[in-house]
Amino acid sequence: MQVDFSNNYFELFELPVQFDVLQDQLDTRFRSLQRYLHPDKFAAAADAEKRWSMQAASFVNEAYQTLCSPLKRASYLLTLNGITLDEETDTQMSPMFLMEQMELREALADAPDATDPYVALDKIAAQLNAGRTSSADEFREAAQQEDWVRARTVVRQWQFLEKLASEVQSQEARLDDAH
Amino acid sequence: MAYSDKVLDHYENPRNVGVLDKDDPNVGTGMVGAPACGDVMRLQIKVSDDGVVEDAKFKTYGCGSAIASSSLVTEMVKGKTLEEVAAIKNAEIVEELALPPVKIHCSVLAEDAIAAALADIKAKREEQQKASA
Repeated sequence: MQVDFSNNYFELFELPVQFDVLQDQLDTRFRSLQRYLHPDKFAAAADAEKRWSMQAASFVNEAYQTLCSPLKRASYLLTLNGITLDEETDTQMSPMFLMEQMELREALADAPDATDPYVALDKIAAQLNAGRTSSADEFREAAQQEDWVRARTVVRQWQFLEKLASEVQSQEARLDDAH
Repeated sequence: MAYSDKVLDHYENPRNVGVLDKDDPNVGTGMVGAPACGDVMRLQIKVSDDGVVEDAKFKTYGCGSAIASSSLVTEMVKGKTLEEVAAIKNAEIVEELALPPVKIHCSVLAEDAIAAALADIKAKREEQQKASA
């Protein structure tokens, strides 16, 4: 077994470079890479080799985290195809999409004062989950057609949904704490 | 990360939060978003017939710096002509709020929101002129 830093994450995990990955295959390969790079195996090795093994382990971890998350995987595929997200500098988005995001944010802000805050949060979460699923479907289609402009738009919108979903979760956690 | 006093002031007492009628022919609406942090910003300006900004409102969902940047911008644009508003650069926001490098994109968001609001009012006025011509 070897870890080649010039490989992309898909190659490292012996997977085809495509959006859909088999989680089982990903996990199996991750475990064998982890075993191969285990610090115990390098306890007696030279310093340079120890350093290499640590760098390799962090490369493998980064690759695994990226490939496990559908959004990160999609962003990574864009990067491999030379597409940048410009997530800090390009602020132009579909006005319709931004309007929806604003409404969802308003709903989230109002949720704690709802008759049943959990129901209110569930409603938002359901809407976000539907959006995340359709983002994945749309990305897969765009990537298959190598329509990277569309794929980029999908990922940029998907980032909003993911961010908001994590905020819904922290709201829920705060509610739990308050009870 | 510590926020500057000016950011805290705008964050705790945001100026001009609210909404103007987006269908009003004298109102320009700009909506922008930053995928990096999921921030959404809406900036609206009400413009007199001779091209001066009479009122400005904003609504921002985002971090303290994004809220402060948009709050500051609503204060900056009031009383200015559309040309003057178009000349506002994010560097002024960065300086005024003492934003650290990692928060500069919040000021970019505010500058882009102004540009979007200006584009909206210009499009509306051109349409009006066409209709009356």
